[in-house]
Amino acid sequence: MSQLAVTVLQFGLLLLLWVLILSIVAAQSRDLMISKRSRAPQDESTRSGQGRRRRRESAAATAGAPAGHGGAAGAGGHSAAASGHPTQAEQAPAASAQRPRPRALVVVEGPATGTEVELGSAPIMLGRAQESTLVLVDDYASGKHARLFPQGSRWFIEDLGSTNGTWLGEEQLTRAATVEPGERIRIGKTVLELKA
Amino acid sequence: MIRTETAPAPRRNLELFLLLLALVVAVGAQIITAAAMDAPIDEGYYVDGGIYAGVVLVFHIILRIRAKYADPFILPIVVTLNGLGIAMIHRIDLAGGDGSVADRQLLWSAVSMAFAMALLWFLQDHRRLRQLTYLSLVVGTVLLFLPMLPGIGMEINGARIWVNLGFASFQPSELAKIALGVFFAGFLANNRDLILLAGRKFGPLQFPRIQDLAPLMIGWLVAIGVLVVQTDLGNSIMFFGLFMAMIYVATSRLSWIIIGGLLVAVGGVLAWMFVPHVTARVDIWLNAFDEDIYSREFGGSEQVVQGIFGLANGGLTGTGLGSGMPNRVPLANSDMILAAFGEELGLIGLTAMLLLYLLLFSRFMRAGLGTRDAFGKLLAVGFAVMLVLQVFVVLGGITRVIPMTGLTAPFLAAGGSSLLGNWLIVALVLLISHAARRPIVVGPMVNASGDEASGIENPTTEAAEATASEDEAAAFQDEDEARSGTGGAR
Repeated sequence: MSQLAVTVLQFGLLLLLWVLILSIVAAQSRDLMISKRSRAPQDESTRSGQGRRRRRESAAATAGAPAGHGGAAGAGGHSAAASGHPTQAEQAPAASAQRPRPRALVVVEGPATGTEVELGSAPIMLGRAQESTLVLVDDYASGKHARLFPQGSRWFIEDLGSTNGTWLGEEQLTRAATVEPGERIRIGKTVLELKA
Repeated sequence: MIRTETAPAPRRNLELFLLLLALVVAVGAQIITAAAMDAPIDEGYYVDGGIYAGVVLVFHIILRIRAKYADPFILPIVVTLNGLGIAMIHRIDLAGGDGSVADRQLLWSAVSMAFAMALLWFLQDHRRLRQLTYLSLVVGTVLLFLPMLPGIGMEINGARIWVNLGFASFQPSELAKIALGVFFAGFLANNRDLILLAGRKFGPLQFPRIQDLAPLMIGWLVAIGVLVVQTDLGNSIMFFGLFMAMIYVATSRLSWIIIGGLLVAVGGVLAWMFVPHVTARVDIWLNAFDEDIYSREFGGSEQVVQGIFGLANGGLTGTGLGSGMPNRVPLANSDMILAAFGEELGLIGLTAMLLLYLLLFSRFMRAGLGTRDAFGKLLAVGFAVMLVLQVFVVLGGITRVIPMTGLTAPFLAAGGSSLLGNWLIVALVLLISHAARRPIVVGPMVNASGDEASGIENPTTEAAEATASEDEAAAFQDEDEARSGTGGAR
């Protein structure tokens, strides 16, 4: 083969190598957008017409539109700071007409066995921190471990990035999930249940 | 809660496209080599290329079946690096006379891929390894001790790290690093809180209780001790770095890094003063161009200096694959293979290869970020750190940033044990990334019949969430669907 052809091929190889790298990088652009997306999730869910669930307070403020369930159910005041929105008090009776609401949160196992917390309309913070609604004396619990919050007629539990995780039944929580009365919520050595 | 979701599209077609590109690079490199060196391009090249491509495509199909959501970039990157390695080894074979190293490398690549495929196929879920935490400590330690047993242990070039299998020699430390990685990850995932919370404070630093940390320390001391006795400098650095990185990731305490850095400094100085092997390496590193050291018959700096000359000869664009003289460097096909690439592909090519390593590292980290279990996170991060440390130590040694230590560039250098170890790591990370990117089904009424009706094929996951079947739960699903771009099913 002539020298020129070989040289062209050799440079072609370099070029191809870079084409490969650039295609890998280009194909990753979706991955790299994640941070942008997770910063503005409220826009998407508002558009979807199902604006019932809010992670952020700002979203809760904008989501006045009723979504066809329990009136102004969009006011999900279940952010950590919020301890009681008037809208939740309004929605509660409407929902309880369909289904009995859980009345209390009971500790069934662990150091604080027997402790009961009345369920109102405000979210409940669980953790070792003294400002928690239910203070867990448990080495395996994080300061702000999990949050139990009402929505419509049901209660949801959400892990707050705890170190050891929160377990619902046999499964570890990866996102907020509904809690039915009788289901076991495990945090460290403590097991909690909702009582209807 | 930090949420890092990717689109739950399998993206296997993208992988296939990238794989084809990677195979063109790999097989093309080999043929260009032959063309540039005026070697006859006989059918052997097509057979070799065909075998390589065949095994790679089988791997791709296995991923389609068993780990549909695995990261689509890892395999193409590794295939490119491995293929380029085979091409360069073949090129040095052509120049140096011994014509069988490249064939052996190809054979080992195929064997390693076969083992990786088997691991993918039978393990299915990386979390199963967590049950083997302590067993893997034992296995890792035994593997490290193997070369010291009389009879099967072998000493090559001053390091007693080889085991004679009869038909081939094997470096068990390459497998030991996987086992110890599993142990570190499993142990830290289990005991992170105890290490973090229990213990007493001395000033700003909090020290964990001894009983919480003892197994970790024992495992680590054994590993380092064995390696020091075997004078395997490179692997001791790697294990130490792996240990530091994993404990830092698990606890996010900067004090570990500071303590580790101090230990490295003290250990390094002590080794330099009292271990003759290390003294010689440092001497070569600092005074490489010294006449006496260069021409020293055993353990001189000829290798490093010739490597640097090679890099200089390559310049920006390189001499072109097959047109340089990388065979002047001793061990050009294993320890010094990056210097060979630097000479023949130039700065442009070597940068490309380093970028491939960087991308691979980022994909490993991505798998770790995405997966939900602490064990998987730690394992993926540990493997990522291992990869980067290895590349740094090899390249640093070649370019005289740090003393030469005798690690080999992952996937590139000739050596079956290293290939096998690294391919197994790839299989594990692919499994982790599959677990990370696999979509979670929230309610059975949503998307129960479509293409993506998953979760059913993996009944072990998220079963609790599947019970949340009512409309509230559907809202969660919708947000995720909207976020991931597949569109809600309602």
